[in-house]
Amino acid sequence: MTLPALVVFTAFGLIPLLGVVLLSFTTWNGIGAIEPSGLDSWSVVLADPGLPHALWVTFLVMALSWLFQTPVSILIGTFLAGQHRYRAVLAVLYFVPLLLSSAAISITYKALLDPNFGLGAGLGVPLLRQDWLGQPGLALGVVVFVVSWQFIPFHSLIYQGGVRQIPQSMYEAAELDGAGTVRRFFSITLPQLKYTIITSSTLMVVGSLTYFDLIFVLTAGGPGDATRVLALDMYKRGFQANLMGPASAIAVILVLVGLGLALLMRRLGGKDTDSQLEGM
Amino acid sequence: MTRRNWLGGAAGWLWLAVVVVPLYWIVVTSFKAQRDYFTANPLAPPIRPTLDNYQLVIESDFPRYFLNSIVVTVGATVPAVLFSFMAAYAIVRGGSGRFLRSVNALFLMGLAIPLQAVVIPVYLIIIRMRMYDTLMAIILPSIAFAIPLSVLVLTNFIRDIPRELFESMRLDGVTDWGMLWRLAFPLTRPALVTVTIYNGLTVWNNFLLPLILTQSPDQRTLPLALWSFQGQYSVNVPAVLASVVLTTLPILILYAVGRRQLLSGLTAGFSR
Repeated sequence: MTLPALVVFTAFGLIPLLGVVLLSFTTWNGIGAIEPSGLDSWSVVLADPGLPHALWVTFLVMALSWLFQTPVSILIGTFLAGQHRYRAVLAVLYFVPLLLSSAAISITYKALLDPNFGLGAGLGVPLLRQDWLGQPGLALGVVVFVVSWQFIPFHSLIYQGGVRQIPQSMYEAAELDGAGTVRRFFSITLPQLKYTIITSSTLMVVGSLTYFDLIFVLTAGGPGDATRVLALDMYKRGFQANLMGPASAIAVILVLVGLGLALLMRRLGGKDTDSQLEGM
Repeated sequence: MTRRNWLGGAAGWLWLAVVVVPLYWIVVTSFKAQRDYFTANPLAPPIRPTLDNYQLVIESDFPRYFLNSIVVTVGATVPAVLFSFMAAYAIVRGGSGRFLRSVNALFLMGLAIPLQAVVIPVYLIIIRMRMYDTLMAIILPSIAFAIPLSVLVLTNFIRDIPRELFESMRLDGVTDWGMLWRLAFPLTRPALVTVTIYNGLTVWNNFLLPLILTQSPDQRTLPLALWSFQGQYSVNVPAVLASVVLTTLPILILYAVGRRQLLSGLTAGFSR
């Protein structure tokens, strides 16, 4: 009974994974014949200053979006887990960004941030009326913000589940000992959320390698190559410059970085998280 | 929990504004005439509400893209869930065998393969199978990439079914196939719904596979159609936003009908 799943997964998951390694040792323009070319693609890619740049941008997006999303998600998750009069109403609206496609979100922000036709221009507020996507530093900031806008609801949901699993008795005991809200948050909630934090962070960090659609539609890697992350670099080399060999080499690097990060997060979490991380 | 959480509350309300303002802006603007859009306050409701933008979007072949998206989503989600369910059943029931253990390990490893990283060989395979620029080209890889997580979630659920139930059915002479449908299926229904929703939304919103595996306008799915529509009408912000509303509407309706199911579907396997 495993046969259908096994066949489809092998054909379009496993074989492509091996295929991308093989293709990185060939030359192919995407249409014609595939010629073996040894280490040519790798030497092109590794000598190109575009690679360290793409790695750096990928790292920046990953680190900044983690730094932004994690505290906000923990706060909102804790807030949503509590009893609150408006909680139900809030929750309905919070999760709407989860339902939108990355393409829809990017298109919306592209229109919203337009210096001539966007929200800032219409409101006439000079501070908001910047060329958000036209300046390298700002564009990177916008990417981080839009990523967070899309994914904070998801991580809040995970933290909400985590907070709900903390035994109520721990809070009652702390209250008897006279611990205030802030103290309870840092002494009970945060330590108890350790595994939730690791799960959520792993998803954020590994997931950040795959923010392709969002960046592709929002900035297409620009201005210049300011937001050209690894996945975008691969797409542009492969499907726009028709250099499938070097693009495959980038893809292999992408897989290796992803695996490395997953293992790193696993180590950070210690052995007991193994069973939880299987849930990814 | 009755204690007050000021910081969480402040963050909650602030982030709510950050979420709601763009959403409100999308909806309001989509009902404005293009000439009004430039003159009035962008956050004010439309002076003369109009459906012209929606008409323009619908006339730009969106019903066709909508249909394509439905075909791809149903065509990928149903087999993916069915195959994963069968595989999960086999893994749980015969899990001690070496073959099934390695199959399970294989799927777990599959969780770590990012779709982006393998699109080039997928593209090659699709060309060689002469399926380039068809909806089938999007469907097959979508099934493959839905399987690992679905199998994981479903095995966890089937594992919770008491062993005795299977044994008593076996004594009654029921086959594995019969047990799959008459015992495992009804008992895992919540997990099946969850997995279906998660995969359905993922496929519905997928952008990369249609971008790489199709070319002609009549094979476009909605996210890709949105993107090319925006390229064509970038100055007509109200029309672009109307297209965003239209493509999101079906999911919003689903969200209104079954919010709980949808949200638990989205975190399937992540927060247990």
